[in-house]
Amino acid sequence: MDGMHDLGGKQGFGPVRYALNAQVFHAPWEKRVNALYSLAVRLGIFNMDEYRHAIERMEPRHYLSASYYERSLTSLATLCVEKGIVTAEELERRAGGAFPLARPGAPGRSNAAGRERFQPGDRVRVRDDHTPGHARMPGYIRGKRGVVVGVSPAYPFPDAHAHGVEADAEPTYDVRFAAEDLWPHDADPALVHVGVFESYLARDDG
Amino acid sequence: MAESMHVRPSVASVEQRVAAIDAAFEARNLKPAGAIEQLEHAADEVWVPRNGARVVARAWTDPAYRQRLLANGRDAVLELGLTMPAHHRHLVVLENTPRVHNVICCTLCSCTAFTVIGLPPDWYKDLEYRSRIVRQSRTVLKEMGLELPPEIEIRVWDTTADTRYMVLPLRPAHSAGSSEDQLAAIVTKESMIGVARL
Repeated sequence: MDGMHDLGGKQGFGPVRYALNAQVFHAPWEKRVNALYSLAVRLGIFNMDEYRHAIERMEPRHYLSASYYERSLTSLATLCVEKGIVTAEELERRAGGAFPLARPGAPGRSNAAGRERFQPGDRVRVRDDHTPGHARMPGYIRGKRGVVVGVSPAYPFPDAHAHGVEADAEPTYDVRFAAEDLWPHDADPALVHVGVFESYLARDDG
Repeated sequence: MAESMHVRPSVASVEQRVAAIDAAFEARNLKPAGAIEQLEHAADEVWVPRNGARVVARAWTDPAYRQRLLANGRDAVLELGLTMPAHHRHLVVLENTPRVHNVICCTLCSCTAFTVIGLPPDWYKDLEYRSRIVRQSRTVLKEMGLELPPEIEIRVWDTTADTRYMVLPLRPAHSAGSSEDQLAAIVTKESMIGVARL
């Protein structure tokens, strides 16, 4: 989905609020949320793709204003409700107030037809397609050309794995793009590498 | 007005919401004894940048290890007794050179090799870093205190799949003669993300 989470290249944000040795946690509830969602994954209540997708499904204004660990909390609670572990009413009763959850999802999809295997050095093009469900393709590479520089072992295909859809595991390719091609006339020159699932790629014959 | 009787209750605080889901887990026996404590302990004491610092120091002092690390990062960090989650099937180690500087990010969320380089700091997960580092890398690094000479090529790595990345920083010239432990002590999380040099 073309969600609010897909931030790469978005403009208007200011300086990074940077500090050396920045704290990871600021309050006990943050550490507890981190442990609870990790526990839920270990217990098999949901997988990491479902977890990431439930964050992406947060109402955009909620997503942008929530802290990182509030996003974790919202995903954890949403999936527990959707999986029938607990009802939204019980959560609100226990919390003593409203408990905003993520919005409902759209269907997922299986692997793309006509996938090809690639090797380092191959020239590829990112397919120009869209899905209403989960995907791990940042919008800034859609339709762009790049070169494969690395190949990973096969992973579950997120567009399917976040939705309980059957699919083959597939490798991801570290694809090298030029920042000047991604954002012509308005980027610092650099090589930008993205881990791209095989289903998102086509051979670049051009 | 009838509608005013149906105003939504105000949003519970995050602390109340966490307590609610925690209690719901408790009520359903979904919290095996010690599991939460173990995960909280790991976040504080086990998944720390000291792990990656050991990897870097070994790579600086043992050329054969460095080769193994660059060829297969996951196997090489496991060799030192470190752990990686099952879904992190691949660790790519990015070697800085006098001409190339690497920096990692996750524009879609917060993915990192957290068991090796430590859990990501706030700023790594913030909207500013995620939106800007891929497009304005040299500018953002400069704002963060790392001004790279123009002849150094910047390579940004966006962690959009389950492959994980870490930067192998350049060994500082002044570290000649240091022991492996002394070297590990100077390696920071920031240098393994690539927003600082040593």
